Amino acid sequence: MEEVKQADQAYHYQEEEKQYSYLNLGPTHPATHGIFQNVLKMDGEIIVDAEPTIGYIHRAFEKLSERRPFNQITPITDRMNYCSAPINNMGWHMTVEKLIQAEIPKRVQYMRVIIMELARITDHLICNAVIGVDTGALTGFVYLFQQRELAYEIYEEICGARLTSNIGRIGGFERDFSPKAWEKIHRFLKEFPKVLKEFESLLERNRIFMDRTIGVGGITGERALEYSFSGPNLRAAGVDYDVRVAKPYSSYEDFDFTIPIGTNGDVYDRFMVRQGEMWQSLSIIEQAIKNLPDGPFHGKVPDFYLPPKEEVYNNMEALIYHFKIVMGETDVPKGEVYHCVEGGNGELGFYLISDGGRTPYRLHMRRPCFIYYQAYPEMIKGSMLSDAILTMSSMNVIAGELDA
Amino acid sequence: MEGTGLEKTIGVLNEKFEGEVLHAAMLYDFPTITLKKDKIIEIIKFLKEHPDTHYHYLTTLCGIHFPELNQIAIMYQLHNMVSGERVRLKIYLPAEKPEVPTLTTVFAGANWMERETYDFFGVIFTGHPDLRRILNVEDMIMFPLRKEFPLEDQVRDDKNDTMFGR
Amino acid sequence: MVQAPEGVEGAGFFATSLEKVVGMARKNSIWPLPFATSCCGIEFMATMGAHYDLARFGSERLSFSPRQADLLMVMGTIAKKMGPVLRQVYEQMAEPRWVLSVGACASSGGIFDTYSVLQGIDRIIPVDVYVPGCPPRPEQIIDGVMKIQRLVETESLRRRDSAEYKAMLNQYGIE
Repeated sequence: MEEVKQADQAYHYQEEEKQYSYLNLGPTHPATHGIFQNVLKMDGEIIVDAEPTIGYIHRAFEKLSERRPFNQITPITDRMNYCSAPINNMGWHMTVEKLIQAEIPKRVQYMRVIIMELARITDHLICNAVIGVDTGALTGFVYLFQQRELAYEIYEEICGARLTSNIGRIGGFERDFSPKAWEKIHRFLKEFPKVLKEFESLLERNRIFMDRTIGVGGITGERALEYSFSGPNLRAAGVDYDVRVAKPYSSYEDFDFTIPIGTNGDVYDRFMVRQGEMWQSLSIIEQAIKNLPDGPFHGKVPDFYLPPKEEVYNNMEALIYHFKIVMGETDVPKGEVYHCVEGGNGELGFYLISDGGRTPYRLHMRRPCFIYYQAYPEMIKGSMLSDAILTMSSMNVIAGELDA
Repeated sequence: MEGTGLEKTIGVLNEKFEGEVLHAAMLYDFPTITLKKDKIIEIIKFLKEHPDTHYHYLTTLCGIHFPELNQIAIMYQLHNMVSGERVRLKIYLPAEKPEVPTLTTVFAGANWMERETYDFFGVIFTGHPDLRRILNVEDMIMFPLRKEFPLEDQVRDDKNDTMFGR
Repeated sequence: MVQAPEGVEGAGFFATSLEKVVGMARKNSIWPLPFATSCCGIEFMATMGAHYDLARFGSERLSFSPRQADLLMVMGTIAKKMGPVLRQVYEQMAEPRWVLSVGACASSGGIFDTYSVLQGIDRIIPVDVYVPGCPPRPEQIIDGVMKIQRLVETESLRRRDSAEYKAMLNQYGIE
């Protein structure tokens, strides 16, 4: 008995002194979308540990917004998640409207829903196209970016800018959607589903894509909740939390849509959840257009919404309001308010403390990307380098939102 | 619905942590509770595990600097996804020596949020596995989001500030 | 179609100066290094797409290695943390090299006049062409590339040896 045990121990696998190599991924790297650095400790091709460094595009949004009046903070919120800038703008406007307790007409809420769902589609288009590129499928990228041009044209008709839109105003929109804008929206709704179906058929049941993505970079639902995940990443892990359903804002309770959920939380699930969400967004836009109520295109917010130019030139009171709004000298109630919207990446929240002055006292932005990127080292432990790149791109890490 | 959330939380807190609550109110639609800073981590853990409140999700945490009171506040926002209730907990720390135990033992997601608060305000989270600057340059000595720190780049000399000063 | 430079044409021969031919070849085969940091990077991706094709100007192959690139396109905000990295990438590029600064943030700091943003990349590296905009439209980026093409075509072939260029690099502290 003793000899058998000793022989066993002799054959017992001895851990040799391993020599790990350190690979520096970033900050400038072709495959990372945005600038952040990961120092990977590798055992051959397998990753043992990772140490992320972020802050390479820290622009101090929170400090900057303490200096700017409420109207001027909208361009800053644009530049957080710049792939879906209108959602950030609307979230900020709704936060200020909550602070001043403004009444927003139904028509404005439906118009906001159309813009936000369009922005969500453009955000998911980039993410899915880039997942395709990182597995080697470059065709999908070119096709989908062509569709983004159609969405850019819609934004241009409404607000004048393509990417960083500064769309809408506190209280509504500056003008109603023109007939040309409606024409472009209808054209988008007619042409986009065909291209999306084509893209899906390229990758959804593609053997190579499925082999590359199933089982890669997974995270369980409980771990995801511990790390405060939200958005498509959390839904792919199996937890059905969507701010649009849990705490509806801007008349989302009037719409009929489902929330796609994954099971494993791996790259394939995230891809499919985003695909499903794009189809749901298309259906929401169609419902909004069908049921669009009539009414004014802005609420009664005299302290923030510029009066019409004819009145400014003829009416003394409107002139004074115009001057005060542009100079940012309007009265704001004191208080602290938190409002969250479902951004492209998850729960985008604005925590605003106002002390009655012309600028916020403190504005903290709850950025979903920053919070869920902490789990990245845990998600790639034990996988290979290409899988790590794929995991990073499927999490839709946008550097502007990471660093703010 | 929201009112009972605040009362329920206060009731649960009074079971074990009577006297820690300084102030409780509904701000806009959010139950907000101001607490003493000594037992904040046990309170959050208690609220996370108690079956009545079950705040299992940390939404965000951030710091706020009040130079007139010479205090730095830390704000935690918790969320119970099943019942849809949220709560905001605030503690106040003295500005000269802001120290509080870390929340990473309760919520893994608090790691980077605390590093960001340290980076911006200088709040020391005792017990944090890796407390160093996350967004700013590593060798910066000031804490930029405190009110006395200037916003603009001090090196710049080509801007004319006579009309709209800095 | 690329226009032939002026020269003397005859039966079976075409005579022009060497600089013109080399300039024409160089300007239509620039290999850019896209240093995309933020929102301008997404507009660059749209420029590379099928709608506003940058590849028809010869920039079909994007090089991510500085040693193989000709044109450093800096797109997006450069924070002070990123400055040394940008400087290192510029120093690693082999001559001849040009720098295109795309967007307001790269040209001058943009709307971010804060403690953490570098107020213009020309504080650390020499820049050839600035493209303003926030973000610039793809047509403006293409216009910037075309201005770089004019520079590439008309600059002397031995620019790196000229005293002016050396004095400028000395100003930045680059060897």
